[in-house]
Amino acid sequence: MMPDTILEAIDVTKHFGKDAGWPSRAPVVQAVDGVSLQVRRGETLAIVGESGCGKSTLARLLMRLLTPTSGEVLFDGRQISKSRGDELRALRRDMQFIFQDPFSSLNPRMTVARLVGEPLEIHAPDLSASDRRAKVAELLQQVGLRREHADRYPHEFSGGQRQRIGIARALASGPRLIIGDEPVSALDVSVQAQVINLLGDLSRDLGLTLVIIAHDLGVIRHMSDRVAVMYLGRIVEIGKTEDVFSDPKHPYTQALLAAIPSMNGPTADHAATVHGEMPSPSDPPPGCRFHTRCPHAQDLCKIQTPHLSAAQETSHQVACHFADALQRRIPPSNATQKSKTAEARFALYRAATEGGTIAHNTQQDQP
Amino acid sequence: MTLTDLALRFRGQPADVVDRVSLAVKSGEVLCVVGESGCGKSVTAMALMGLLPQQNTVISSGHLTVGHTDLDLTRESLPPSARGNRVAMIFQEPMTSLNPAFRIGNQICETIIRHTGTNSANARAHAKEMLQRVGIANPSQRLREYPHQLSGGMRQRVMIAMALANNPQVLIADEPTTALDVTIQAQILDLIRDLRDETGMSTIMITHDLGVVAEIADRVAVMYAGQVVEQGAVRDVFDNPQHPYTIGLMSAMPGLGLEGKRLAIIPGTVPTISNMPKGCRFRTRCAFATSTCQERPKLRKIAPHHDTACHFAPLEAHIEVSQ
Ligand SMILES: Nc1ncnc2c1ncn2[C@@H]1O[C@H](COP(=O)(O)OP(=O)(O)OP(=O)(O)O)[C@@H](O)[C@H]1O
Ligand SMILES: Nc1ncnc2c1ncn2[C@@H]1O[C@H](COP(=O)(O)OP(=O)(O)OP(=O)(O)O)[C@@H](O)[C@H]1O
Ligand code: SF4
Ligand code: SF4
Ligand SMILES: [Mg+2]
Ligand SMILES: [Mg+2]
Repeated sequence: MMPDTILEAIDVTKHFGKDAGWPSRAPVVQAVDGVSLQVRRGETLAIVGESGCGKSTLARLLMRLLTPTSGEVLFDGRQISKSRGDELRALRRDMQFIFQDPFSSLNPRMTVARLVGEPLEIHAPDLSASDRRAKVAELLQQVGLRREHADRYPHEFSGGQRQRIGIARALASGPRLIIGDEPVSALDVSVQAQVINLLGDLSRDLGLTLVIIAHDLGVIRHMSDRVAVMYLGRIVEIGKTEDVFSDPKHPYTQALLAAIPSMNGPTADHAATVHGEMPSPSDPPPGCRFHTRCPHAQDLCKIQTPHLSAAQETSHQVACHFADALQRRIPPSNATQKSKTAEARFALYRAATEGGTIAHNTQQDQP
Repeated sequence: MTLTDLALRFRGQPADVVDRVSLAVKSGEVLCVVGESGCGKSVTAMALMGLLPQQNTVISSGHLTVGHTDLDLTRESLPPSARGNRVAMIFQEPMTSLNPAFRIGNQICETIIRHTGTNSANARAHAKEMLQRVGIANPSQRLREYPHQLSGGMRQRVMIAMALANNPQVLIADEPTTALDVTIQAQILDLIRDLRDETGMSTIMITHDLGVVAEIADRVAVMYAGQVVEQGAVRDVFDNPQHPYTIGLMSAMPGLGLEGKRLAIIPGTVPTISNMPKGCRFRTRCAFATSTCQERPKLRKIAPHHDTACHFAPLEAHIEVSQ
């Protein structure tokens, strides 16, 4: 383990349907299969992949909301799969979860003050009632809500505000690490940007470590320092976000990036896109799990599982037999090609929304 | 297909949810309607199809032309015989429009028979061909399956096959790829492009993803709170956006290579129908709003193929911002 590692998974596997009491007929679902990764203190690590590839399962394993079928998870160098009692309580304080769906994750009968105050009752039982109220007000302010919101119920808030309540609740115990499972996916772009900025500010100001699960590659590119790409229960590529986005090495990562709709019109990088769908995790293909869709697959890929290249932990790692031989594919930039006037207009907009002083000329175009 | 001046409200509500919306799509063209959740995209599409519940919908203005048919939407709507035939729709929720109790094959054949009156053997052959065209492997077997046996991506493709089975002149697709993974989305966008090129079908595609718009649209209409605030050729609008809402949406989009920089935002949230501001509906969130904006700005031409509804467009000609 590197000295700055806060959370580590070592060869973690979760197979659902295996631990049933009697031989069950349902096939075993290999949701997560032999995943190892390190999360560094203070970084934002993103986990990306298609629906059903095991992102949520991995997040729950990291949080110890699920027990791995095999493998270990270490928090601060301590094995957490066997934590009980006080140790487990401390773990729950240090690691918090933000859910995708702010609507269903908040108890509708509790006021915001109680929702945010509840973790305080558990993790800081010595706080007096008035100290707790003050702390709740401080938390609400930290996530951009107002003190008077404390007495309202979740249904009185918009989606973005509810996600802020979820974040305030996660912050209440003073965690060192927060795992967000699609924390902004349900939000509209304009509100999503507010929450992304908030999470960025919090991680910087509080030195928080974030693990963010998302399927929106734009969100990931913006938020994360490093990114892990998952396919069918395994990590196929991991590295610094800028490296993975500018020089994707795994054919699946290349396909994902080629499939992002570009703001510059049809990209049609058909050579890199893949066809069909991800196979079922209850019957994964042998060898490289991507071989059924990979345009570069060879016979070896059907037999032998490629492992993440055992380079320096800090470097860009990829699990593909032929990664070095593959043609480099530079993904197109997604930034729009704006004219000078448009650039200036965007700058004007940014300045205005960031508190600039606005002056209107007297005459405006009236149709 | 041309829609002119649609104004629509639900009974008991204080303001129109669709406020004087005009849209036009030529044959062989893809028009995208883009906007955030609740801005009235689906309601507009349902009104085009004549599928809104009549007893609680009040249409106070609106005219629809499809090919040679003219309809005054305040008193008539698209005849059921044209639905699914000349004008087909892919609904936002594929599960709500596929009947879970019937096999895929029976559902597709039923629409084909209803519209063409062909016999069931022909319908079955055509259904199989359509599934093949939308890239479903093993179509004969899929036809015998029930909706729940298919993955989300597969169901969406079945919906598309069903919508396209009768060679519609106009396809209305309501967020056809929103629930899908990007690799599947790319396949479906390819398919819609191919069909447009082959059959000259017109497409109105509803989405909230600006990337999807750039990828597939010829023209785009940006909606905010029931109004079209900007529209035009897609490159004109995206390379040179004029309305503060469009500029805000584009600024708020993550992943455009501005890593590390804070995203510019649109402050606040969309007003509810009971708090709808008069005049420009964006003014409660617009940094540039003045008292002038209490008057509704008309959509006006800013370039040959580009209209916007803002009193102060182009912004740089009317406004200065200092730190
Ligand atoms: N409790 C469970 N029992 C059985 N199978 C499960 C269970 N939880 C998840 N799975 C299966 O494990 C696989 C991985 O699921 P997971 O929820 O981790 O995927 P995901 O990457 O988070 O997908 P999404 O993007 O759709 O949220 C899926 O096939 C899912 O059906
Ligand atoms: N039958 C109805 N009765 C009353 N209000 C309705 C009805 N259908 C829709 N609405 C309201 O009309 C508004 C516009 O809804 P619409 O479904 O058109 O939004 P949308 O733009 O399609 O959003 P989304 O992106 O979430 O699909 C919403 O506020 C919605 O709650
Ligand atoms: S190992 Fe083979 S199948 Fe897997 S990604 Fe590499 S080339 Fe493709
Ligand atoms: S008309 Fe006024 S409120 Fe509306 S977008 Fe333009 S400046 Fe903003
Ligand atoms: Mg998930
Ligand atoms: Mg809708």
